[in-house]
Amino acid sequence: MITLTNYLALSAILFAISVAGIFLNRKNVILLLMCIELMLLAVNFNFIAFSRFLGDTAGQVFVFFILTVAAAEAAIGLAILVVLFRSRRTINVQDLDVMKG
Amino acid sequence: MLIQLYFWFLSAVLVGAAIGVITSRNPVFSVLYLVLAFVTSSVLWMLLEAEFLAIVLVLVYVGAVMVLFLFVVMMLDINTEELRKGFTKFAPLGGIVTAVIIVELITVFFVRNTGLPVLENPPAHPAGYSNTRELGAVLYTEHVYAFELASFILLLAIVAAIVLTMRKRPGLKVQDISMQVRVRREDRVRLVKMKAEKD
Repeated sequence: MITLTNYLALSAILFAISVAGIFLNRKNVILLLMCIELMLLAVNFNFIAFSRFLGDTAGQVFVFFILTVAAAEAAIGLAILVVLFRSRRTINVQDLDVMKG
Repeated sequence: MLIQLYFWFLSAVLVGAAIGVITSRNPVFSVLYLVLAFVTSSVLWMLLEAEFLAIVLVLVYVGAVMVLFLFVVMMLDINTEELRKGFTKFAPLGGIVTAVIIVELITVFFVRNTGLPVLENPPAHPAGYSNTRELGAVLYTEHVYAFELASFILLLAIVAAIVLTMRKRPGLKVQDISMQVRVRREDRVRLVKMKAEKD
């Protein structure tokens, strides 16, 4: 029997791997965006598993909205990335220190 | 039993693909591993009987978002060696943080297994059941305002992406169609009256 715990553990492992990805690839903006997509996938996994095991469709509706927002975020993020590369000729996070934050 | 083996197989593929995403030397391979991760989790969502979202994940993510990523990765010429410099330096820290997160989350799941009857494996839906119909029934009634807001967010994303990436290049020789359509005979042709020449 596949239990809820199995799904939650899988999602936790996926989330942790994407956190590790943010640590490892902290210079490459494209990989950072991809790690964020992977994190959202892990969260969606939790929603769908709970929706199935609690018998409530609201979880799936929530995943639907998360997918919408994630698609919008990816489109805008990549647009910013393209503009950034056009003006600075780099996507290294360490070179993007104009705002001195 | 068979379905459990299938679940373990899919989980292994998913975790392997996720590790491939974060460790690949070439960003193009990272994107392709991410596609594998999305397709695998789509199959896992089908095991959870969320068929509509599984199909949407393949259509929207693999079909649109990942292709967009692939376009951008291939369009920019990135020096990957330069970007991977800190990789081994931060690997131990990343490994430690990952291990701590995994251990914490999984111990919570196992320690707080309260044994609620509702968390037992629910029975499969009957044969005529339509996940899409059930989702649509709540999406257009209970969550209709959120649905319209989501469409507005998508519109905003379209406008933002176009505004960000559009650029006017000076000195570009393009036709102005409206000027061409608006032109009148008087602007272009001048009738000159002159006497006929005769010998």
